[in-house]
Amino acid sequence: MQLTNRSIEVSRKPLTWLEKLYVWNIIKGMAITFSHLFKKRPTINYPEQKRPFSKIFRGLHVLNRDAEGRENCTACGLCAVACPAEAITMEAAERLPGEENLYREEKYAAKYEINMLRCIFCGLCEEACPKDAIYLSQTFAPANYARKGFIYKKEDMLIPHPINEPEAYQKALGEKSVKN
Amino acid sequence: MSEEKKLFKVTVDNITIDVEPGTTILQAARQIGGDVTPPAMCFYSKLQGSGGKCRTCLVEVSKGSEKDPRPMPKLVASCRTTVMDGMEVKNITSERVQDARAGVVEFLLLNHPLDCPICDQAGECHLQDLGYEHGKEGTRYEFNRRTFEKEDIGPYIQLHMTRCILCYRCTYVADQLTNNRVHGVLDRGDHAEISTYISKAIDNDFSGNMIDVCPVGALTDKTFRFKNRVWFTKPVDAHRDCDKCCGKVTLWERGDEVLRVTARKDEWGEVQSYDGKPGWICNTCRFDKKHVNDWVIEGPTKVNRHSVISQGHYIGLQKPNETISEVMGGRDPKLLMDIHSVSDVNSVELAALPGPATSKTFEKKDQSE
Repeated sequence: MQLTNRSIEVSRKPLTWLEKLYVWNIIKGMAITFSHLFKKRPTINYPEQKRPFSKIFRGLHVLNRDAEGRENCTACGLCAVACPAEAITMEAAERLPGEENLYREEKYAAKYEINMLRCIFCGLCEEACPKDAIYLSQTFAPANYARKGFIYKKEDMLIPHPINEPEAYQKALGEKSVKN
Repeated sequence: MSEEKKLFKVTVDNITIDVEPGTTILQAARQIGGDVTPPAMCFYSKLQGSGGKCRTCLVEVSKGSEKDPRPMPKLVASCRTTVMDGMEVKNITSERVQDARAGVVEFLLLNHPLDCPICDQAGECHLQDLGYEHGKEGTRYEFNRRTFEKEDIGPYIQLHMTRCILCYRCTYVADQLTNNRVHGVLDRGDHAEISTYISKAIDNDFSGNMIDVCPVGALTDKTFRFKNRVWFTKPVDAHRDCDKCCGKVTLWERGDEVLRVTARKDEWGEVQSYDGKPGWICNTCRFDKKHVNDWVIEGPTKVNRHSVISQGHYIGLQKPNETISEVMGGRDPKLLMDIHSVSDVNSVELAALPGPATSKTFEKKDQSE
């Protein structure tokens, strides 16, 4: 029984002698192949050459510091609640007297982890952050042999200190550095 | 023959209800429930004399009563105005009310530090809800916000005077629940502040209820300070036999750790009543019983699904069967990673700490490894 009339009968005719030779089809195929010798190469030599990322590329996360080098994050948990993949966890702590040069506010993230295996790089954490503390940079998460290498901790994501390591800081800011 | 009580007919936003004489407009609206209920920051139905201070519950009375149908000339505070027979009230249907409320919110937020990212009340803060619902996006205030000297009012309660909106609820708690009030509002006008004069003076057994009645984050639980965000904790109803209070509480847990204990709240954010008596809880239940074994767990607390607290709480979750070990002949896959072996989070038992975690907490933990 047919549901539609769109089915076409497959031709079961035996090939003719000329068709059995395949020569004509081989010539046709090779012509396409060789014509590519004269075209522009679409690939690059990857590790030496790199393609520019879009300005709005969302890559690995960066935890921001302010101009004095204090961490912006206050562990408010908005990134974690916005995260659709539930990749972000954190633990907050109170700033002790004498730690004012380390953390911008009374409360800070003592532990901050992003599970890059879960992360889908949607950038909602960046949007949710009220403190300008998290940004998605223009780098990939590098490959790793073990899964545990993809649990990124605070030390892995913190931006270099802008006063102690100004060059590394400028580099980490990348092309997005229009801010601040 | 007993005299039959005459009920008053009152109409709030075109919904009519019969209420007893002496009921306030706010209470009548609460009996209707839903959107027509005006918000209240200072009024607390379980505290006598509260209300009339914050002006968020302003409503328009478009018809005074059956006998005198003239409208009231100004907006009235619904928490302090009693109903009349045939009264017609406009709340969400009135432009004037919405406009006035936006103004009230702006005034309440004038000196509010807006430090919600650090505040432990965020997520269950009435001022936050009010601001989202009725407030404007920006502020027109250009001056420095009022600040206060920090005061330590005891080992259990953290006072953040900058967040206070002077609703006086906590002073009513101290007056009506405890036999001696040691704190109050000092100074006047812009300088008015909640204080004790003598630091660390609050030690009454029911003083912890000030935390529950505080509509903002001015009075928060020191034993819960910075331990977790409210919406990451799991609220569970529990009870225990307590000789001082009703012992019916909500535990806010992380895993099996009890991070915080509060009284149970009703839909208006007030402490629930049992047999007509408000279920205040004592400080022993609130601050000292931070272990699951101290409590008889009744089940998860019902949280309004529009609340941020219900975020990420999966109810009726069905996990798929783990088939890998079946297929592998009983062996677990070697490639699986136990997140707890890698992660540093959840490695410190926060519930055991008397106050907020600091860098020392984590240093100690690192050394012991």
